Amino acid sequence: MAKVLMKGNEAIGKAAIEAGCRFFFGYPITPQSELPEYLSEELPKVGGTFVQAESEVAAINMVYGAAAAGARVLTSSSSPGIALKQEGIGYITNADLPAVVVNMMRGGPGLGTIQPGQADYHMCVKGGSNGDYHNIVLAPSSVQEAVDMVMDAFDLADCYRTPVIILSDGLIGQMMEPVQFHYESKRQLPAKDWALTGKGNGEKHMIVNLNMDAEDCENHNIELQKKYAIIEQKEQAWEEYCMDDAEYAFVSYGTSARITKSAIDTLRKEGYKVGLIRPKTLYPFPKDAFTRKEIKKYIDIEMSMGQMVDDVKLACNDVNKVVFYGRTGGIILTPEEVVEFAKSVIGGDK
Amino acid sequence: MVQNDRRITIITGHYGSGKTEFAVNYSVKLSQISPKVTLGDLDIVNVYFRSRERKAQLQEMGIHVISSSIEGDSVDIPAVAAITSPVRDKSTRYIVDLGGNDTGTMVLGRIKPLLDLSETDFFMVVNTNRPNTSSPEGIIKEMKSIEGASGLKVTGFVNNTNLIRETTAENIAMGDKILKEASRLSGVPIKYTTYVEEVLHEPLPEGLSGELFPMKFYMRKDWM
Repeated sequence: MAKVLMKGNEAIGKAAIEAGCRFFFGYPITPQSELPEYLSEELPKVGGTFVQAESEVAAINMVYGAAAAGARVLTSSSSPGIALKQEGIGYITNADLPAVVVNMMRGGPGLGTIQPGQADYHMCVKGGSNGDYHNIVLAPSSVQEAVDMVMDAFDLADCYRTPVIILSDGLIGQMMEPVQFHYESKRQLPAKDWALTGKGNGEKHMIVNLNMDAEDCENHNIELQKKYAIIEQKEQAWEEYCMDDAEYAFVSYGTSARITKSAIDTLRKEGYKVGLIRPKTLYPFPKDAFTRKEIKKYIDIEMSMGQMVDDVKLACNDVNKVVFYGRTGGIILTPEEVVEFAKSVIGGDK
Repeated sequence: MVQNDRRITIITGHYGSGKTEFAVNYSVKLSQISPKVTLGDLDIVNVYFRSRERKAQLQEMGIHVISSSIEGDSVDIPAVAAITSPVRDKSTRYIVDLGGNDTGTMVLGRIKPLLDLSETDFFMVVNTNRPNTSSPEGIIKEMKSIEGASGLKVTGFVNNTNLIRETTAENIAMGDKILKEASRLSGVPIKYTTYVEEVLHEPLPEGLSGELFPMKFYMRKDWM
């Protein structure tokens, strides 16, 4: 299929349809409103259902219902809207149900700004709802990667019966890039023999959230942790850029990683041995990428005040090796300031 | 070239067609030959990648930029500033950068009663790599919808077919073929064919419609 030029938000909508998503429940918010707008027009054409709910809370609970019925279902929002959805995300997680949630992050906290940000790392990667849980979190760095990740997110959600979050930002959502669409599942997808599709003459299925017994609840938590252990073992993903001879490694994801790559190109021309580890999965964090002993410093670059830093420190197992530079509140980093900060860390060490 | 176009140039097009990049490049070209150029950013649809983001750079080139009366990039209230004065001020060339689709033209209601159509161009920017304008029929459907909402007739097409940094000469030629058919069916001439010099590494074919319009990326940063 030839490439077309699409805005990130629209492309994610098309990717969801290509991956078999037929239900969307959401509520508009800048900078992701083109996604529900696109699906409001396109989902009915393929027999799907689009509902603009009365609120984010209502939307995520509609997702809960559709997921319980075995559907491929999507919701999307931006930072404060995702904050509103946290209770429902916890419920869906506890019920072992698959769903895909897109967060086009903007500046925060609270209503913040409408410009792009990355300050929802804690909320989405560490879990913004209550309880011992994780969601798989994918971080695209281009519109094409957002398309590919959305398609895989539906498969991951079905494989592990868990919500999968696409943690992107307003810039990827608003940016136009050439994209192509080709969905083909690379995973062995299990049958949804647990879905609530009407009992008929079949078995009774139940999806519950309230445990009547603490021991049952603990046992369910133990099962969840077993699932997370498998996810951490099998699903880590990252990209390396100029890492072969690197002595200083940037760590950055999404839009920040694009800016950092540009900074690396400048620094390499000046002889600095710098590279990039770009996490594509934020949960599971790609800790296997942090095994090189020759790295002198990890330079974490984010559009936040440093929410990924703790994960980098844990991954490299050396708090003294990790430094951070970031902008927040909707300010987009420039390659020049990343270069300047890197030089202040590296000094004359070429 | 741009100096032969009418005094007021209103730039419309499908959402994501590249209107703003064209409007900014058009203003820059005009500023090199016209003593007074005003760019009105009347985009009330989009909140990112609006020409007002380049206000300082454009003002340095001598282009007067009008945008929202409410200062601050974080405002997505559809408020625009004093947009009528350049319509009355016959000494300025006035480029109007609209938001996408029929919705984006609604803001024209404010200036339309003042417009002298004999001094107004209404250019529709088309990128045939955008799904809704990938066929002559799609382009004409979009044009009719914009004309219906704005009450103005499109006076020229701009072939802005591109895939950003992956644009090829073949790609532009394909856009030309599709737009030529839309032009034949609608009677609207193709005024310009754009290309970005830094991304096109091969010669353009002969016979492209309208005037060639080389552009630079003003809205898209190097790392995008």
